[in-house]
Formats: sequence, structure tokens, C-alpha cells
Amino acid sequence: MNPNDRPLSPHLSIYRWPVTMVSSILHRATGVAMSVGFVLFVFWLADTASGPEAYAVFADAMGSVFGRILLIGWSWAFFYHLSNGIRHLVWDAGHGFEKGQANASAWIVLAASVVLTVIFWVLLS
Amino acid sequence: MSLRSPLGRVLGLGTAKDGTAHWWGQRLSGIALVLLGLWFVVSVATMPGFSHGAAVAFIGKPFNAVLLMLLSVTMAYHSWLGVQVVIEDYVHSNGLRVASLIFSRFAHIFFAAVALFAILRLGIGA
Repeated sequence: MNPNDRPLSPHLSIYRWPVTMVSSILHRATGVAMSVGFVLFVFWLADTASGPEAYAVFADAMGSVFGRILLIGWSWAFFYHLSNGIRHLVWDAGHGFEKGQANASAWIVLAASVVLTVIFWVLLS
Repeated sequence: MSLRSPLGRVLGLGTAKDGTAHWWGQRLSGIALVLLGLWFVVSVATMPGFSHGAAVAFIGKPFNAVLLMLLSVTMAYHSWLGVQVVIEDYVHSNGLRVASLIFSRFAHIFFAAVALFAILRLGIGA
């Protein structure tokens, strides 16, 4: 038998992602997204300090459809990383490691991040 | 049987020599950011409009200015630690990894400095 014909397992393309895996990947992805968001936050401060003209450029960019989509994405990233960060702190304290608990907390964090994002944008508008 | 010396075990520093400093710094700044971050999003959500004047008034208030400075520094620190781990995980060539780590550290310090200067300028009133 050709070694290349041997079955591969588990293969990434047919692997059913556990929710804990999704939550772990999202924690890193939202963290990196917010590192970019930190630069945006600094632009907000710097453009405000620079004066009305610089601020208008910033406000126009953020008020555009693309800007709003980015802001909604960043706000969700914030609430996800915040909720999941608290989940990590609970783990650091030594709790919640059972399989059922870890799966449940992953779903709770996902739900909380969406609910908090909706509440944030409802309060904002 | 452990290959580590009794002194090495009691110091608990491992091979990297800085022990749990990175881990602890990430948790501590994370806890601070739970509080500072929630304060910031609640402040933004309840801000009276998003005109230039509203932003100047918000950032310029002494209480807000101090919390924004703490937020900027803590965010830069937490982000630096996180990006460092991501670079160490995914950038495998030695030269590129070191260059990325240096660039990331410089960039985080640069943006933190810009943030502090802007807040001080609005807080003290230029």
C-alpha cells in the first residue's frame, strides 16, 4: 500500500468543531482585532485633540456604512473578549473545567456577547 | 526523579527565567480592563451626541481624563502581551520573529504615548 493512500484522522475538513474550540479561536481572533481597534481608539483621542477638522474626517469615516460595520464588529469583539476573559479568570481560579461546564460556559459567553452588543447599540442610538 | 535542582524548584522560574510574570501581567491587566472597559463602553453609550464638542468635553473632564489614561496604558500593555504570544506562535523564522516582536513593542509604546499626549492636551486645555 502506498503510504500516501493511508487514511488520515482526524482530518480538518471533516472534523466537527467542539464549541470550546470555537470559543478558544474566537478569543484570540477578537484579541487581535482589538489590537487593531486600539489604534482606532488612539486616532479618536488624537483627532479630537487636533481640532474640529481632523475630528470631522474621523467622524465621517466612522459614520460611513463601512465604518459602522467595523464599529459593530469591534464592539462585539470587545464584549466577546470581555465575557470569555472572565471565563478564563474563573478557570484560573480552578473552577469550571468539567466537559459539560466548559461547553455550557462557551455557549453562555457567545450568547452574552451578542446580547451585550445589541444592548450597547440600542443605548447608543 | 526530577532533574531540577532544589534551588531551581524553590525559585520556580523554569528555563525562561522570568517565571509567571507574563501570565500574571496578562491576568492583572485583564482584570483592570474588565473595569476600565465597562466604564468606557457605558460612557460612550450614554454620551450626549458625537460632535467634536461633545468628545472634547468628555475627554477633558479630569475624572474621565485620568481613567482614559489608565485605559490607554493598560490596553497597550495587555495588547502587547497578547500580540507577543500570537507572534511567538505563528512566526517561525527567527529573524522575522524577533523583528516582529520589536516592531510590536515599539508600536504599542508609540500609540500609548500618542494617547497620553492627546488626553493631557484636552485635560489640561491647550
